[in-house]
Amino acid sequence: MAGSAGTQTITLAKGLNQGLRAAMEADPKVIVMGEDVGKLGGVFRITDGLQKDFGEQRVLDTPLGESGIIGTAVGLALRGYRPVCEIQFDGFVYPAFDQIVTQLARFHYRSQGKLRMPVVVRVPHGGGIGAVEHHSESPESYFAHTPGIKVVACANAVDAYWMIQQAIACDDPVIFFEPKRRYWEKASLDLAAAPPPLFSSRLVRSGTTATVVTYGPMVRTALDAATVAEQDGQRLEVIDLRTLSPLDLAPVFDSVRRTGRLICVSEAPGEASLIGELAARVSQECFYSLEAPVLRVTGFDTPYPPAKCEEDYLPDVDRILDAVDRALGY
Amino acid sequence: MPPRKRAPSRSSPGAKPVGSPIVGQPTVGPVVEPLAGPIVGTAMEIDGPHNPQQIIAGLRATSEGEDLVQLLTPEGQRVSHPRFDLEISAAGIQALYRDMVLVRRVDREANVLQRQGQLGLWAPLLGQEAAQVGAGRAMAPQDMAFPSYREHGVAWCRGVDPTELLGIFRGVDQGSWDPNSTGFQLYAVVVGTQCLHATGYAMGQRLDGKIGNAETGEATICFFGDGATSQGDVHEAFVWAAVYDAPVVFFCQNNQWAISASLDRQTRVPLYRRARGYGFPGIRVDGNDVLAVFAVTQWALRECRTGNGPVLIEACTYRMDAHTTSDDPTRYRLADELEEWKLKDPLERVRVHLVREGLAEPDFFAGVIDEADELARRLRDYCTSMPVPGPERIFSNIYAEASPSLDAARADFLAYHASFEDGH
Repeated sequence: MAGSAGTQTITLAKGLNQGLRAAMEADPKVIVMGEDVGKLGGVFRITDGLQKDFGEQRVLDTPLGESGIIGTAVGLALRGYRPVCEIQFDGFVYPAFDQIVTQLARFHYRSQGKLRMPVVVRVPHGGGIGAVEHHSESPESYFAHTPGIKVVACANAVDAYWMIQQAIACDDPVIFFEPKRRYWEKASLDLAAAPPPLFSSRLVRSGTTATVVTYGPMVRTALDAATVAEQDGQRLEVIDLRTLSPLDLAPVFDSVRRTGRLICVSEAPGEASLIGELAARVSQECFYSLEAPVLRVTGFDTPYPPAKCEEDYLPDVDRILDAVDRALGY
Repeated sequence: MPPRKRAPSRSSPGAKPVGSPIVGQPTVGPVVEPLAGPIVGTAMEIDGPHNPQQIIAGLRATSEGEDLVQLLTPEGQRVSHPRFDLEISAAGIQALYRDMVLVRRVDREANVLQRQGQLGLWAPLLGQEAAQVGAGRAMAPQDMAFPSYREHGVAWCRGVDPTELLGIFRGVDQGSWDPNSTGFQLYAVVVGTQCLHATGYAMGQRLDGKIGNAETGEATICFFGDGATSQGDVHEAFVWAAVYDAPVVFFCQNNQWAISASLDRQTRVPLYRRARGYGFPGIRVDGNDVLAVFAVTQWALRECRTGNGPVLIEACTYRMDAHTTSDDPTRYRLADELEEWKLKDPLERVRVHLVREGLAEPDFFAGVIDEADELARRLRDYCTSMPVPGPERIFSNIYAEASPSLDAARADFLAYHASFEDGH
C-alpha cells in the first residue's frame, strides 16, 4: 500500500498485514506473538515485515505451544499489553482451548470488571486449500458458544484491514477468524471511507427471492451463487454476518421478513452449530414471515475429509442453489 | 463466473469401484536382517534407578536429604546453611510466628464455617502455613503473586483481608479483591493455568524494563502444587519463562498429595530437579520451616528482579487436612503419615525456638491468641452477614464493552422475576 490515503487494491492477506501495522503504530502496547510470526512473517505471511520494523520486543516468535501462547498473552494483558496472538491453523487451536475458554473468557466476569483481557486470537480457518489433516477446519461454533469472548470472521480485504484494527482496539477478547483460502483475493480499499462497527452484520447483495446468510470464506461462494441464480431469474439477498458472537441479527430478520426464505451457509458441520442457532433465532423472530423452513447448507457431520474429497465436502454454488430451489418448493 | 451446473444425479452406493481387501498376498516389503545385535545394558544402568521401589524411596528421601535447605529444625533448633543463612531479629521471627498463627486460625475457622453450612466448600491450608507465610513475606510491594486456590496465607501477607476469601467459598463472588493494588491475583481453579499467566506477566515486567535491580526491580511469584507439575501448562510455563528469561519464581508447594494421588503418581524425580532440564535453578526447601522458606524465596525474588530468573522452588510440606471439605483422606492415606508430619509442624517449631531461646515473653503468645480469637470472630460475623447477590449479578460484567443482547436478557429475566407475587 503506497500512501496513507486514497484507494488501493490489496489482497485480504495484505489488508490484515496493513491493519496490524496500523494498530501497532497507533498503540505501543500492541504486541504480536505466535509461532513463526517474526523472522518468517507467519506461514501465510500475514505478519510479514512487522518484526523488522517493530523489533523483537513487539513481535515475538514464541516457542511451539498454543496453550503457552494464549496463557502468556493473558499474563501480558494483566500487565497492560494488548497481545495479538496467531494460531497457525484452525486445527491447532485446541491445545489453547482451555486457556481461551476457562481463563481468557472469564477474567472480566470473575473480577467483576477489575481485570480486562484485550487479547486478539487470530485463527486462519476453513478448507479449500488442499491441505493435510487439521489445516482446514471451521471451529467457530465452539467459541461462539462461550460467553466472555467475542468472535468475528472477515470475508474480504477491506473488512480484514478495518476489522483487525477494531478487534485490537476492543477491550474484550476477540477470536478473529480469517478465511485462509481467500487470503489472496483482492478488493479495493478506500482509506477515507469509514468502516462499519466491528460487531455488525452487513447486507452485501440485495435481492427478493430468498436470503442467504453466511460468513468468512463462504461469503464469496454465496455471492457467486447469487450471480448464477440471477441467470434463472432468482434474486438472492446475501448477508455477511461478520460478527459471530455477539450475533447482529437485525439485518437478517429484516431481510427474512421481506424474502420469507432463509438459507444459512457454513463450512462447519451443521449439527449443534452456530448456523443452527441462526435458524432457531430466525424461526422465533420471523415465524409468520417464513414461507419455508430455514434450510442449512453446511459441511457434513464428519471429520474434515482428505483433501481430494473437500470439493464434495465444502458447500458450493450448486448446493446453495439446490437449497434455494428446495426453499422455493414449499 | 462458472455456469450453473446442476448437481449430478446420485449414483447408487457402491457404484464407484471400491478397493477390496487383498487376501493371501505376501507382506509388502523385503525382510531385512538386523544390522547389529541389541545394545547391551538396562535403562537403569544408563540413567539411575528406574524400578518403582527405588523411585518411591527416592522421592520420600527428598523431604530429608542433604540438599534440603533448612534453617530451623522440627525441634526448634537454628541451623546454618552455607548459601541461605538468614539474619533475623527476635521481632522478625515473632512477626512470622504471628502471621502463621493468624493464618491457621482463619483456616480452621473457615473449615468450621463450612461444616456448619455457612460455606459451600473450603480448601484447607493446614500444615502449609510456613511455606505460604515465608514466601508471602519475602515479596516486595512491587512484586506480583499468582496463586492457585489454597494460598490463603499468601493472601494474608499481601494484605487481602481474610473476609474477602470467604465470598468465593460461600458462593457470592469469584474473587473480590483488587489484584493490582494488593499484588495478589485472583485464585485460579483450573490447576496450572496460572503458571502461564504468571510467566506472561513476568515477560511484561521485563518488556517494561522493570528488572536490573535486586531491590527496586519487579518480580513475579507463581504458586502451584505437586499435582500441577503434571499439567502441560506448567511445562509450557517453564519453557516460556526460560527462553524469555522471565523474572518469575515458580513456587511449588509439594504437599505430597494431589487429592488421592501421592507424589510418585506425578514424578520419577524430585520436583526441584526438573528445573535443570529447563535450564534454570531448582532449590528444595523445608516447606515447614518459615525461616528457610523466607530466606530462599527472598533470594529467588532478588535474582529475578536482577534479571537472573526464572527460579523453581520446591517447598516440601504436607497437606495435614483434606484436599477440600468434600474430601475424605482416610480412603487413601494412613494415619501414621499424618502423625509423622505433626512432629514437623511449622508453627510448633517456631514457638519452641522463641521460648527456648528466650526470644518472646508469655505475653507475646497470649496476645497472638487474643488476636486470633478476635480475627475468627470477625470472620464469622462477616461470613453470616455477607449480602447475597441478586439475579442481576448473573449478567454483570461479562464484557468490558456494552452488550445490548445481554442487557436485554437481563431486563427480560428481571421482569420475569418481578412477575412473581413475592418478587422472586
